[in-house]
Amino acid sequence: MAIPSYATRGERIWHYVFLGLCGLIFLFLVGPLLVIIPLSFNAQPYFTFTQEMLTFDPQGYSLRWYQDFFTSSRWLNAIKNSFIIGIASTILATLLGTIAALGLSSRHMPARGVIMALLISPMIVPLIISAAAMFFFFSRINLAQTYLGVILAHTALGIPFVVITVTATLSSFDTTLIRAAHSLGANPTRTFFKVVLPLVTPGVVSGALFAFITSFDEVVVVLFIAGPEQRTMPIQMWSGIREQISPTILAVATLLVLLSMLLLTTLELLRRRGERLRGVTPG
Amino acid sequence: MKTIIHNRVLKGAGIAVAGLSALAVAVSAHAQQTLNIVSWGGAYSMSQQRAYHEPWMEMTGDEIVNIDRSANALAGLRSQTQAGNVTWDLVDMLPADAMIACAEGLIEPLDHDELLADAPDGTPPSEDFVDGALGECFVASIVYSNIVGFNTEMFPEDGQPSTIEDVFDLENYPGQRALMRRPINNLEWALIADGVDRDDVYDMLETEEGIQRAFAKLDTIKDNVIWWEEGAQPPQLLADQEVAFASAYNGRIFDAMVSEDQPFDIIWDAQVFELDGWVVPTGKLDKVRDYLYFATDTQRLADQAQYISYGPARMSSSDMVSTHAEAGIDMTPHMPTYPPNFATAIQKDDEFWADYLDELSQRFDAWLAQ
Amino acid sequence: MSDSAAPLTTADGVPLKVSLRRAVRRSKLKALLLVSPLLLFLGIAFVIPIFEMLSRSVANPEVSTHLPRTVAALEHWDRQALPDEPVFEALVEDLREGQAARNLGLLASRLNYERSGMRSAINRTARGLGSMEPPYREAMIDAHTRWGELDTWKLIEREASPFTMTYYLSALDRQLTPDGDITMAPDNQQIHVSLFWRTFWMSGLITLMTLLLGYPIAFLLANLPLRHSNLLMILVLLPFWTSLLVRTTTWIAILQSQGVLNDIMVFLGVIADEARWQMIHNKIGTVVAMTHILLPFMILPLYSVMKTIPPSYMRAARSLGGRPFLCFRRVYFPLTIPGIAAGGILVFILSIGYYITPALVGGQSGRFITNYIAYHMQTSLNWGLAAAIASILLCVVVVFYLVFNRLVGVDKVKLG
Repeated sequence: MAIPSYATRGERIWHYVFLGLCGLIFLFLVGPLLVIIPLSFNAQPYFTFTQEMLTFDPQGYSLRWYQDFFTSSRWLNAIKNSFIIGIASTILATLLGTIAALGLSSRHMPARGVIMALLISPMIVPLIISAAAMFFFFSRINLAQTYLGVILAHTALGIPFVVITVTATLSSFDTTLIRAAHSLGANPTRTFFKVVLPLVTPGVVSGALFAFITSFDEVVVVLFIAGPEQRTMPIQMWSGIREQISPTILAVATLLVLLSMLLLTTLELLRRRGERLRGVTPG
Repeated sequence: MKTIIHNRVLKGAGIAVAGLSALAVAVSAHAQQTLNIVSWGGAYSMSQQRAYHEPWMEMTGDEIVNIDRSANALAGLRSQTQAGNVTWDLVDMLPADAMIACAEGLIEPLDHDELLADAPDGTPPSEDFVDGALGECFVASIVYSNIVGFNTEMFPEDGQPSTIEDVFDLENYPGQRALMRRPINNLEWALIADGVDRDDVYDMLETEEGIQRAFAKLDTIKDNVIWWEEGAQPPQLLADQEVAFASAYNGRIFDAMVSEDQPFDIIWDAQVFELDGWVVPTGKLDKVRDYLYFATDTQRLADQAQYISYGPARMSSSDMVSTHAEAGIDMTPHMPTYPPNFATAIQKDDEFWADYLDELSQRFDAWLAQ
Repeated sequence: MSDSAAPLTTADGVPLKVSLRRAVRRSKLKALLLVSPLLLFLGIAFVIPIFEMLSRSVANPEVSTHLPRTVAALEHWDRQALPDEPVFEALVEDLREGQAARNLGLLASRLNYERSGMRSAINRTARGLGSMEPPYREAMIDAHTRWGELDTWKLIEREASPFTMTYYLSALDRQLTPDGDITMAPDNQQIHVSLFWRTFWMSGLITLMTLLLGYPIAFLLANLPLRHSNLLMILVLLPFWTSLLVRTTTWIAILQSQGVLNDIMVFLGVIADEARWQMIHNKIGTVVAMTHILLPFMILPLYSVMKTIPPSYMRAARSLGGRPFLCFRRVYFPLTIPGIAAGGILVFILSIGYYITPALVGGQSGRFITNYIAYHMQTSLNWGLAAAIASILLCVVVVFYLVFNRLVGVDKVKLG
């Protein structure tokens, strides 16, 4: 954002004040996530920087909380559960959501607005209400305290994200490309695999990533309907924070921040690929 | 009532003759299985792990899974029963919750003399357990106490608090207080600190004036209170010096003092004691019968007292209480039932709270929100 | 083409209109077919459970199922004096049956919600039934004083209906008098209405905070060259993608009294060591943490609106002689209002339904109505009341959702 050449002195000052302000807001956004990373290497069971840490004394740092994490069967089991539930519900949500998005993006879809509003509702209804409702219903049909129950619940919560991202991709999909492929002599199968699929895949994958992270981060529903066997990471963190807040939580948090960085990078690469394929050049 | 309990707990009969031979017979025809046992977590679950679970697993090859859900055990039992899929095999809960669960048919009625082990000298369980320890569906394992603990470093050496009045005295004992976010205990303490005789507390709380008086007393410290909800929070808050006083279960404070060398002390004045123990979800009795017999025998209850400062619910176990397993200190003066600690104790009135908890909780919340 | 010409037909002779209509119908059907598996799934796994739970807010089966004889015997009661012996006899029979089946607990809880002391009235009486002899009227009153009170019987008669509105009344801090009039609950028991208001005004505050912080960022992102803005966008998206619990944890680490921020302040000498700020377990904690968590939901819609505003508008306004602030206020700002509406409603809806963050950092004063739904679900086990509060909250959310849908359209929501 360049300063226009006609800017007055006051405007120049305001411009830099504004940039400084934005810097502070970015600090507010990202700072907290960065603070916990060094704290997770604290040698002491405190949530703050110790004298040794501030003087960069190696004595002040240790990997004990990571060791704690990787040697605790509870945490490892929780990770395993989170991945099982996350992956299974992502597959289900992506499958159902993508098929539905294909229908929704048809020009002739009847009652589109109503149906869309309904499909998005799991994202809007307060989680505590969804959780309580699923708790009663799943208990009655013997699905509470089972993996299947948690997976189905998370599928419902992940669906809006898949529907939103895939319909968005499909709506920006240029149908003339299909006609172009046909006119250039490609048969429908070849067109689908060579033209349609590469263009739609980024949308589907990012929808799937959203569905995964939704499940991977979900506490409330699991709190209500999961049994002891289905303890997930977030549940383990939740009880950790409420009961015995130890820096192991910070170690886990750091690992999760790294995970989200990884997911975000994947997403960004996908987006760029999608843009490149669609012929949108970044400015 | 109070004197009866502490006398019997302390002077209970009991020479440690292991009933293990009887047990070996009971256990011989035992197929290996996994037991899901619900308890409170933290130091308390650890004491159960050491005193009951580990010896049992070694003896039988069973696997025991600890589930820290006792705080919401009633909700869990209800929903599991509704679902027809009860995954919990044995639940540690308070007698008040057990009364409700029993009335709803969620847990098994227990025939104590048939199910539980006799004392080493042959005294049947119904006579060996302290008063109130055996409910229709309930068998107590410990006597624990709600007390107020404090961090000794936050007061001058000659100005350490010692009575419940001190907790309400902001002038001489400044600092934040951590109290449990519920009316139970707090209303009792408020009345006692306001000068009500401890025998009249519950009668008083049945009247509007009594309730108002209790809330008025709590008003005087309200701005200095942090409300906690999980049993592990008070020792944490005290250790971080976030608060000077914290109401807590006495075992948690003791555990922090001994295992973590925290500079804590306990105000035993006006301790509110109650029992805690086992209930068996409906349909699970056959599965846990052997374990229950084992985990409630004289030796096991006495063993548990090596790990946590809760008094055994069996009189025959009391005399076997010795020293802490690791720290090696004498456990007796840390027990709620130790006479100097017990002098001004109050027993929690479960029937009163069964009737008035709904109403007083709402009133308590409204008071908090004001 | 003249009017008399034959209608257009396709190659096989079908009128074009008919053929087109058929094709449209076919593709409509195809679209519906594609959506139907998902609709079916959400219907069963989400919509039905929600309606079923909401029905609990009016369901009232306890008295009618557990005290059928008593209810029947009370039919001809005049409500002026205690009922006669036959009613007491019916009650004894009902309680005996319930005691044998061990299912009086729910009844006892249900009546205790309306009148303290009913739990022990039922439980204690039921335990003593074995030795109870007629006349039952005296024996029952002897067993528990509640049976000798007129209001107890009015209560039983009133709650005999299979539906009740008492859960909604108590969710709104109202109650029924024994004679059936609606009054406010006593002052010292009013809790829910003020919690609803607190949830709303704090969510409003959080929305305002996200707007104040999000607006400059969105403006910056929309006006930077794409190369730079993409990079900065990652800074917005990173918190968005990070676990909610992680973000809440970091705020605990920062805000608590032995936490990072207080340590810095003490180190800088801004505050004394004994006078550390209490920034967590209260409203401040909730507002700060939730502003942080919901900020991306404000920035993204704002950004996508600002992106569509051509920079030439501002230049034109300036060249026409407007002062910078005036130009912004009169030209740019009005164009961003759709973004503000979209982001604002989204943040507000998400905020009033939040549970985790207020529960962990809100303490007592930063608690939301959702925390009470959880409390009644898990601790007090008053599921009817939980359902009543939930349905009121859900109504509010649905109203805002419809407004959002009207203004923005759910299909316009973009994620990242």
